[in-house]
Amino acid sequence: MKKKPHASILVFPGTNREHDVSLALRTAGFETQFIWHAETALPRTDLVVLPGGFSYGDYLRTGAIATLSAVMTPVREAAAHGVRILGICNGFQSLCEAGMLPGVLLRNAHMKFNCKFTPLRAENNNTDFTRAYRASEEFPCPIAHGDGNYTAESDTIKMLENSGRIVFRYAKNPNGAMNDIAGIISANGKIMGMMPHPENAISDMHGETAGLKLFQSLYEAVA
Amino acid sequence: MTTTAMKKTPQANELTVSAELAKEHKLNAEEYARILKIMGRTPSFTEFGIFSAMWSEHCSYKSSRVWLAKLPTKAPWVIQGPGENAGVIDIGDGQAAVFKMESHNHPSFIEPYQGAATGVGGILRDVFTMGARPIANMNALRFGDPKHPKTRALIAGVVAGIGHYGNCVGVPTVGGETNFHPSYNGNILVNAMTVGLADADKIFYSRGACVGDQVIYVGAKTGRDGVGGAVMSSDSFSGNVQDMRPQVQVGDPFTEKLLIEACLELMATDTITAIQDMGAAGLTSSSVEMADKGGVGIEIHMDKIPTREVDMTPYEMMLSESQERMLVILKPGAEAQAEKIFKKWNLDFSVIGAITDSGNLVVKMNGETYAEMPVRPLVDDAPKYNRPTEETPQQPTLNAADYPLKASALQTLKQLLGTPDLCSRRWIFEQYDSLVRSQTANGPGIDHNGGSDAAIVKIPNSKKALAITTDCTPRYCFADPMQGGRQAVAEAWRNITATGALPRAITDNMNFGNPEKPRIMGQFAGCVMGIAEACTVLNFPVISGNVSLYNETNNNGILPTPAIGGVGVMADVSRRMTLAFKSAGEAIILVGGLPTHIGQTIYLREIYDRETGAPPPVDLAAERKNGDAIRELILNLKITACHDISDGGLLVAIAEMALSKNIGAELTITADATCFGEDQARYIFTCPATSAVDILAELKTAGIPAQQIGQTIGSTAIKLGGEQIALSELRKVYENWLPNYMAG
Repeated sequence: MKKKPHASILVFPGTNREHDVSLALRTAGFETQFIWHAETALPRTDLVVLPGGFSYGDYLRTGAIATLSAVMTPVREAAAHGVRILGICNGFQSLCEAGMLPGVLLRNAHMKFNCKFTPLRAENNNTDFTRAYRASEEFPCPIAHGDGNYTAESDTIKMLENSGRIVFRYAKNPNGAMNDIAGIISANGKIMGMMPHPENAISDMHGETAGLKLFQSLYEAVA
Repeated sequence: MTTTAMKKTPQANELTVSAELAKEHKLNAEEYARILKIMGRTPSFTEFGIFSAMWSEHCSYKSSRVWLAKLPTKAPWVIQGPGENAGVIDIGDGQAAVFKMESHNHPSFIEPYQGAATGVGGILRDVFTMGARPIANMNALRFGDPKHPKTRALIAGVVAGIGHYGNCVGVPTVGGETNFHPSYNGNILVNAMTVGLADADKIFYSRGACVGDQVIYVGAKTGRDGVGGAVMSSDSFSGNVQDMRPQVQVGDPFTEKLLIEACLELMATDTITAIQDMGAAGLTSSSVEMADKGGVGIEIHMDKIPTREVDMTPYEMMLSESQERMLVILKPGAEAQAEKIFKKWNLDFSVIGAITDSGNLVVKMNGETYAEMPVRPLVDDAPKYNRPTEETPQQPTLNAADYPLKASALQTLKQLLGTPDLCSRRWIFEQYDSLVRSQTANGPGIDHNGGSDAAIVKIPNSKKALAITTDCTPRYCFADPMQGGRQAVAEAWRNITATGALPRAITDNMNFGNPEKPRIMGQFAGCVMGIAEACTVLNFPVISGNVSLYNETNNNGILPTPAIGGVGVMADVSRRMTLAFKSAGEAIILVGGLPTHIGQTIYLREIYDRETGAPPPVDLAAERKNGDAIRELILNLKITACHDISDGGLLVAIAEMALSKNIGAELTITADATCFGEDQARYIFTCPATSAVDILAELKTAGIPAQQIGQTIGSTAIKLGGEQIALSELRKVYENWLPNYMAG
């Protein structure tokens, strides 16, 4: 039997969606392993995931302290070697704080935490993270965040727009994000961050299964 | 048992204890005399502080215990009833559900954000203390009149506080209830419930401490916040409540999250003999209760307590209600193993003392003794009052014909859906993470996944799920405490039943006014008797609970509010029933008979501005019979949607079923005021038109009143009495009231 691809899920103090994303990855065919933030090395891995939560309580800026964790050194090394990196919600905020993705996530425009299913569009389905989606496929995807208002310099936004690096866009902007941006990808197409939670939309019980396609795309990309 | 070691009062440099000081600590002359008798001398200030906390209403249940003893607490599936940090039921396959609901009313009125947040933190600790991983949070909230100047800010603060705490710890908030009434203007209610999951053979208790065990303090550091909180919670409000802000604790959900993980990691080792969180009265109640339950003594050293403020006295440390702290009793020699786990999670860990055979609580600092007092009398000799009760006078049963519609039935429906008690709670529940953990099958609201009368949370790695609800109709309890008590339990049972789950047990959160007033004590007694009766008939025992008295401001008591948190179990989550109409052309069937009851309805209050009449009577035998039949229909896949009738009556229930997935209905009932009657033991369900006759015949044979009252239709409207109203029009008023109000 073919060996399953391996995903490393980082766990910071305050991370809370590590089991959710693990379930989604395992459903898609991955073998998963939790990696404590104090670790100084990663196992041999095909994917690194920074899951949702409130790393270090997010008392400073969201994701700010997590980027100083010991584990981020081997994560940067892995990224340099082309290992795929996925940041969801707090993980996206951390990737931005770490400078691995451009921009920043500010407080929602309406200032409140917001949890609901909201229509999401797979804007670029030609990435390792989204190939299983149809072009411009729209599906209800959960969000659950207080700081999802994606903001960047206008040049950066323009660059992201022109280079197809906006991977997911909200069909109904829930947080004030510039250009309805919900998820972006790095220039080399290996690092993606997104605010919505596809890992919470993977079964009939969730009322939506399209979230699973993201993890299936990744499986196809690395298997 | 008497103390012999200390013949004279220790620590003369503390405040001198006197009958006067006792009064300030809410202890009456008789209670103070009892303390003197137990001690055989004047207690030290620290000892006195410990007595005043343990004998507060909040910790001792002195006004309520005689009545609480009447509640049924046993069933074959009950593993642990009231008396521990939370109750435990067997849910099969070697698993257990652990749950409790608790109030944080006084702190939430003084400081809504922190008050509500720490309420959630406290109930989470009560549950994971038992060895359970918290899997769901619920909350039952009561606010004052929307027109009251404080109401808007209180809602905003409480909701943000609950949301931030639950969201951060990663426990989904899956449902709850919110009501408004002027009686809560000066005294809102914030009741939070946590449900946890544990292995049935790995439950941890506060009993079990053995002589020689080590006493370990873990979690956050101790500050002066909340000193005297339990005493404050046992008093009514008057004058300027802002002066009480220092008695409200400050929550840190990040530390709580670490504490959950660290405690569950420690519990996986075989080192703990007893464990309890430091909730109300902090170190005092946790140390005294664990020593009492173990039948042992305990000696603790205040110089070992991690503090975050300087020069704290033993009195302050013993009574601090700083959050996110636990007291763990460890087997001797296990300290190093435990310390390693807490260091990993960056939490304070300190061996603060040991379990002794003295039967005494001994508190020392820097070698000096600040308290030496017998444990047992602190608990067993706590005052217990059988306070005088006065019955609430019976109100007449109103005749619906005397309160005819003032507009058409559908226009009245539209008006009612835009009122505070019936409108959508979306503005509230979207601030709660209801999805984290990925096991939420049906969360709050009526639309996503079809909506359901109880929240449905799946058990990981199985098909099983729990159905969870909170219910109470305070206006019924005020009009007739006994019926109101019955109704609260019956509605919880019904909401669980309507999802297809089997109702298993409840937690009760009794919120009342000043028990020293006979009328209030009569409300308490009546509600308890009603709850007890309903629990017995419905086989739905009480396994945990909390009492919050003195919910009064300037002598005005709240409506009696015995909030019921119910839990049920279903074998297969994919067979759960939702309330949404599923397709056009299906039969709509009413079980229980056409409503007639108009007294105490929301219709009467909103349309006639009257809160009068007897509340709907609860026929418990009919509840049982109708509900069991409904569950049978669901389990046999015979029906396609199900919703019980409650606040707002039949037509409001139909509107919710239609709004959920935007499928209309044509009704054949009489368009009069009874459309808004709130009669009990009623359900509405849909089934394929072709099977309606058979199902009705089956129900008739079983002696259950059932009739077809209409059908679902292709157009997105409700039709009744030659009139129709678009669902979009109803949706607008239903969805807009709360956001518009909060923006105002």
